[in-house]
Amino acid sequence: MSKFSKKRGKTKPEVSTASLPDIIFMLLFFFMVVTVLRDAELKVKVSTPYATELTKLEEKSLVNYLYIGRPTQKFQSLYGTKPRLQLGDKFATIQDIPLFLEKHKIKVPENRHGQITSSLRVDGEVTMGIVQDVKTELRKSGQLKVNYSAKKDPNASE
Amino acid sequence: MAKKSSRDRMNNEINAGSMADIAFLLLIFFLVTTTIVEDKGITVKLPPWSEEDPDITKLKTRNVFSVLVNAQDQLLVRGEPTRVENLREDAKIFIRNPYNAPDMAEKPTKAIISLKNDRGTSYDAYLRVYNELKAAYNELWDELSEQKYGVPYSDDMPFAYKKAIRDEIPFVLSEAEPTSFGEE
Repeated sequence: MSKFSKKRGKTKPEVSTASLPDIIFMLLFFFMVVTVLRDAELKVKVSTPYATELTKLEEKSLVNYLYIGRPTQKFQSLYGTKPRLQLGDKFATIQDIPLFLEKHKIKVPENRHGQITSSLRVDGEVTMGIVQDVKTELRKSGQLKVNYSAKKDPNASE
Repeated sequence: MAKKSSRDRMNNEINAGSMADIAFLLLIFFLVTTTIVEDKGITVKLPPWSEEDPDITKLKTRNVFSVLVNAQDQLLVRGEPTRVENLREDAKIFIRNPYNAPDMAEKPTKAIISLKNDRGTSYDAYLRVYNELKAAYNELWDELSEQKYGVPYSDDMPFAYKKAIRDEIPFVLSEAEPTSFGEE
């Protein structure tokens, strides 16, 4: 009897957890690569429409985001329910767009200024009036590369 | 000798058991602060700003494919009400004009799509229409590319190929200043 127990005592039947950190680190790096740091808290409700002809925005550092939608419940008492523009993390007016674009531009190397894309993340229910005003302002500011953010249509026939 | 030195007894390895916890903490931090955004969309090149409106009256009517979207999201294509589902096919036939119809584009290079919406048009409807028009061109490019090079049109194609196709069927979409009948 004592023979058995002695043997068991010598060999340690523990699972080695030494590789666990490696696995977790792998997961961590995966997430770091595929995600973007959340840059702004959304103060407007944005549910982008569906589309099929999508192009992917490649470099996140060359993209600035303009959100248009109705203020969320929390902000409705202050800002009403009319569609509003959000730049960065605050509500803005159309006149703030040039400054916003300029602020983003200085973070980008000069030779890549032509590749800057403005991503318009617009709620599907918003009417074109405000979108049109934003577009006009973008044109006036010389920001002509625009991406209408949209989701992949799940029932697209391809 | 029976008494071992304390250094021998001491395990000289650093305990790596807590490494996993640290990594987990980092992982959770990143999960919370990041978003997997679907950074996809329809890329559009806006025309440069000019004070005067471009004059499209000089164009021949047969070359203009006018699409109007009103505040009720209804479509009027070349003077006739249609549904968004038919838009893609109509646009394709108009651009290519396979039977040389006298009221359609002389040739694809002369075709112009004119899109006009109202300020009260919903963004959803606008984007759906835009998507269909873009899809029409994409399908035409695909067909031409298959014909010429045997592969569907894609952004990874050599630049010369892409240019040849785009020269043959250029994407010309002009957006007129919207009307403001239905502003909310």
